Amino acid sequence: MPMKIALTGNYAVAYAVKLAKPQVIAAYPITPQTPVVEKLSEFVESGELKAQMIRVESEHSALAACLGAALAGARVFTATSSQGLLYMHEIIHWASRVRAPMVMAVVSRTINAPWNIWPDHSDFLDQRDAGWVMAYAMDNQEAFDLTLQAFKISEDPEVYLPVMVGLEGFVLGHTAMPVEIPDEKDVDAWLGERRQPYVVDGSEPIGVGGLTWPEDTEDMFYGIQQAMERAKSAIKRVDAEYGKLFGRSYGGLIQCYRCEDAKYIAVSMGAWSGELMESVNMLRDEGYPIGVARIRFYRPFPHEDLWEVARSARAVFVFDRAISFGSWGQIYADLVAGLLLHTNKLPPVMDIVTGIAGVHVSAEDFYAMIKKLIEKVESGHNIGYFEWVRVRR
Amino acid sequence: MEVYTDNCRAVEGGIMLYEIIFLGRGGQGAVTAANILVQAAIYEDKYGQGSPFFGAERRGAPVAAYARVSDKPILRRGIFSRADAIVVLDHKLIDIGTLKRYIIKPGGALIVNAPQGKGISRELVNAEGRVAVYIVNATRIAEELKLIVAGWPVVNTSMLGALARVLPAVSIDSVARAVKEYFGGRVGELNSEAAVRAYKEATFIGEV
Repeated sequence: MPMKIALTGNYAVAYAVKLAKPQVIAAYPITPQTPVVEKLSEFVESGELKAQMIRVESEHSALAACLGAALAGARVFTATSSQGLLYMHEIIHWASRVRAPMVMAVVSRTINAPWNIWPDHSDFLDQRDAGWVMAYAMDNQEAFDLTLQAFKISEDPEVYLPVMVGLEGFVLGHTAMPVEIPDEKDVDAWLGERRQPYVVDGSEPIGVGGLTWPEDTEDMFYGIQQAMERAKSAIKRVDAEYGKLFGRSYGGLIQCYRCEDAKYIAVSMGAWSGELMESVNMLRDEGYPIGVARIRFYRPFPHEDLWEVARSARAVFVFDRAISFGSWGQIYADLVAGLLLHTNKLPPVMDIVTGIAGVHVSAEDFYAMIKKLIEKVESGHNIGYFEWVRVRR
Repeated sequence: MEVYTDNCRAVEGGIMLYEIIFLGRGGQGAVTAANILVQAAIYEDKYGQGSPFFGAERRGAPVAAYARVSDKPILRRGIFSRADAIVVLDHKLIDIGTLKRYIIKPGGALIVNAPQGKGISRELVNAEGRVAVYIVNATRIAEELKLIVAGWPVVNTSMLGALARVLPAVSIDSVARAVKEYFGGRVGELNSEAAVRAYKEATFIGEV
């Protein structure tokens, strides 16, 4: 029988990993991720999870150990946050460019300096160009589901790419919520054995990552781009079959909330989509026709799905919880470029960068921001394209 | 015994949502209490959230933990400073002004671990309206049941029982079951017994 228990986001990830049965976990502690691997090491110690737990001296080594084990044929997992993720960055590119399926949880925390342990999306989005499939959760149940699905997507022969699953530290990571955990035997039957494009196990000579001519290298990188395109249907397929087997389907790369008759669309990613949805409920009660398109997968970028939602919108409001300094939020940049693939007549698309460095943005804050913007559009005013809203109490 | 039932916050369409803050000292189990409350909510097919303060804590220092219980999935996130009920694990935190940093909503409740006869001064409570005050001697209950860990009486599970008496968010049966399951074995049974005793002993001492 599936069981429903109160789990923090960190523990939800650990329980999902336990069910995926990795053979190797390598990790280095960092706030706010540490409870993920603490819980996993408890599972290993108690014998509930038969995995090799490698305690390394840095995050760079953590991912390097995972990469080596993955190439040798093991299902692997690691987790990190913020500075640890940045320290891994070189190996993050290695993992995707040698097409090593693996799963990593990123328990988001902003980037130093100054020292700050609270969440935004800066660390996660800093990995934007690395060739990983990138998913982001809205609550602990989704963190659990995405982690489990990440193994399936990563090891799909149509994909064969590493997958990172993001969740905000503290807001999800340290907060207990109800999480339903499916039966082990059902997960085993669905997930199946480890699959990967090639195995370095000594049975035949194989070189990985040696000097390669420009044209051959370019072909390999082109392969990653093609795999990303195929990942879109793989993600939807996995979401649908997971829904059929375990009762939860989220709609694929994006989740739409009250979008059906919406004239305004708010775009977001992560935990604060909850507050955004609550603000939409408040605005709907007052007759404002607004919905939320929540990004569940940031890479591959779901521009087709977002276009379907936004095509008849009077305006689109993007809430970015990170910024590419000197330009705007990363989601905004991708969304505008993505929509322009479908039309040369964009509705007004406005970027609101807010909630940076862990600043809490409440449902009431979203409500006030959106109401002001809608009223501007309705009265024929230009809403501009960018604002950094620093919420203060 | 008066039971408060009018402090149910309607967020939208009559959804019930209770926001509760546990105040204690680092090591007293405020966070554990919040997390057990979520499990109790699950037993009733409700939804919950339990959080520590988002930052660093240390043993002995004043700490807060936060819980929400609702009959619908909870969309709001994060910690908060206004609550329907505040549960105080150490009454001295009221005397030193810690309680005053948090607001109790109108019609809300204050539940304090204190010996009988302890009075709560209005000046030390930050209330937006009338607040019902309850006390229960969780320290004595822990001592009677020999629930002592590292020299400290275990009061968090008792205070969960008292909360169940005051706030109709979850029933005492669900609290007792969640406490029992959380700790397991003999320790689980003793803590569950503590919760039930505190549920019975919680006393309304008036409004502030």
